[in-house]
Amino acid sequence: MSEATMPTAISYKVPKRRHPVLQFMVQQPLGAAGLVIIVLMGVCAAFAPWVSPYDPLAVDYGAMLAPPSAEHWLGTDSFGRDVLSRVIYGARTALAIGFIASFLGSTVGAVIGVASAYFGGKTDLIIQGIMDVLLSFPIIVLAITVVAVLGNNVVLGLDVNLIIAIAIPMLPRVERVVRASALAIRELPYIDAARAAGYSHTRIIFRHIIPNVVAPYLIMLTAFVAQAILSEASLSFLGLGVTEPTPSWGLMLSGSAADFYQQAPWMIVFPGIAISLGVFAFNLFGDSLRDWLDPKIKI
Amino acid sequence: MLRYTIHRILLMIPTLLGVAILVFFLLRLMPGDPVATMLLGDAGGANISKEVVEAERARLGLDKPLYIQFFKWMGGVLQGDFGYSMWTGQPVIYEIGIRLELSLQVAIMATILAVLLALPLGTLSAIFKDTWIDQSIRVFSIAGLAVPSFWLGMIVILLLLTYFSWIPPLTFTSIWENPWENISQLIWPALAVGYRYSAVATRMMRSSILEVLQEDYIRTARAKGVMERLVVARHAMRNAMLPVVTVIGLEFAFLIGGLVVTEQVFNLNGIGKLFVQAVARSDFTMIQALVLLVAVFFVLINFVIDMLYALLDPRIRYR
Repeated sequence: MSEATMPTAISYKVPKRRHPVLQFMVQQPLGAAGLVIIVLMGVCAAFAPWVSPYDPLAVDYGAMLAPPSAEHWLGTDSFGRDVLSRVIYGARTALAIGFIASFLGSTVGAVIGVASAYFGGKTDLIIQGIMDVLLSFPIIVLAITVVAVLGNNVVLGLDVNLIIAIAIPMLPRVERVVRASALAIRELPYIDAARAAGYSHTRIIFRHIIPNVVAPYLIMLTAFVAQAILSEASLSFLGLGVTEPTPSWGLMLSGSAADFYQQAPWMIVFPGIAISLGVFAFNLFGDSLRDWLDPKIKI
Repeated sequence: MLRYTIHRILLMIPTLLGVAILVFFLLRLMPGDPVATMLLGDAGGANISKEVVEAERARLGLDKPLYIQFFKWMGGVLQGDFGYSMWTGQPVIYEIGIRLELSLQVAIMATILAVLLALPLGTLSAIFKDTWIDQSIRVFSIAGLAVPSFWLGMIVILLLLTYFSWIPPLTFTSIWENPWENISQLIWPALAVGYRYSAVATRMMRSSILEVLQEDYIRTARAKGVMERLVVARHAMRNAMLPVVTVIGLEFAFLIGGLVVTEQVFNLNGIGKLFVQAVARSDFTMIQALVLLVAVFFVLINFVIDMLYALLDPRIRYR
């Protein structure tokens, strides 16, 4: 409705329509804070070679285990590598794997969910059975099992199998939420109308159902970026994820870091803060996005 | 109620069978071969004849067709025999048995900690919605979702080391031998994995109480002059418990996942460490048994939650 059509005699305030992004920022300050952190991390990750003070792989035996100082803001590790530079490059790994894995998991999950809800009957029963099987694994246990089965397969600097392992545990979780939304939509009169008009399954699914499950899909997508960052860190920490010398937050905490608890606590503190901050930002943003788009969805 | 119970029990069978099939066949697809991993580990890969490898494969039953291997394994599992570890040669049951107590104890302690924190915090947060109390509890709980439990464990160790020169002990004391020492050893890993747990439960408690406070019977109670404290304690909290019970139950199973990583940090020789080792060594029988164990655990907990639901909420029983 535009302002011109409002009767002029009634003088109540017509809320001004702001840009949705601006509207989100004003209504959800916490979510906006999360978004700011995400954008900052994204910029650091994208421009890592210019932002980071050192080469993250450069070994300097003269400066091993150096405490935080003017030259090395966050200190150095047991090979004399600059921790700040490694944290910045680690953001690259975390965000790339986080986004790709979450996009993959949520998209495939959503497609299965919509199909399951739309076709119903036996298809639905079989899909739900498979999803129940996948759901009976804790996220990290399933990811470890998949890593064990697939091994490593690095393409363009990213471990494709690791991404798949992180994405698979998301499938049943996204599928459930999207299926529930799609089931509710399937019962609405306009779907009946579309069927009566003789539209094809594909057209009904793509034109009438999918646009209406975009909200839960987006919410799950953001929430699962956080989960993916956490999974990547855990797997790398266990030595099953990203491998040396690629900088990864989880990897920085594993191995030699634990031997230097007292000599070099900065090796433990900073990568962990980076993981927590990343996950925190995405959780905050995802939460606010849910409140903003559709408060009834439970993740 | 009996029909409902039987129905729920029957529903568990296909899920568990699915888990068994999935794990068994997926593992057989993997490129790593347990025999190769084992023999290469022993002799550095040098001069191992083909005959030795074949003999070893035959001994482990890996030379038979997959479906025969599967039925042999399933047959054993149904009789409580999970086979022998392909790495240590000990019965899988024995290897798991000696570690189960430790992991289970940490999980239970973490649950107790989490519930003790979550119920009051969640309720306070809901009652004082949008005040500084609510805001700080929300920040505390959303941070709990962000901090990885293994890193929290490392920070706990770092602090204890710095201020009390405490290091994670190399051996674990059973609670039956020396309860005090046992608890002082395990309280820290329980805290590390319990924080996230309590955060999830606190959030659920908050939103659940907020939802219940909107109900008609709360308005009725207030209208007839019941004290606000009693409205919350008697009318709201009790009815808000249902979703919280679910979350506590579900997260208990996921605690095992958190333990997998956190046990490494605290040097605990539990189920999680066993699982990571088994994966690194391609110990098929061990991975199968552990995954099945976790799945059984998870499905059973789901069953108990459903039963609790039916007990707590009579409407579900007659559906």
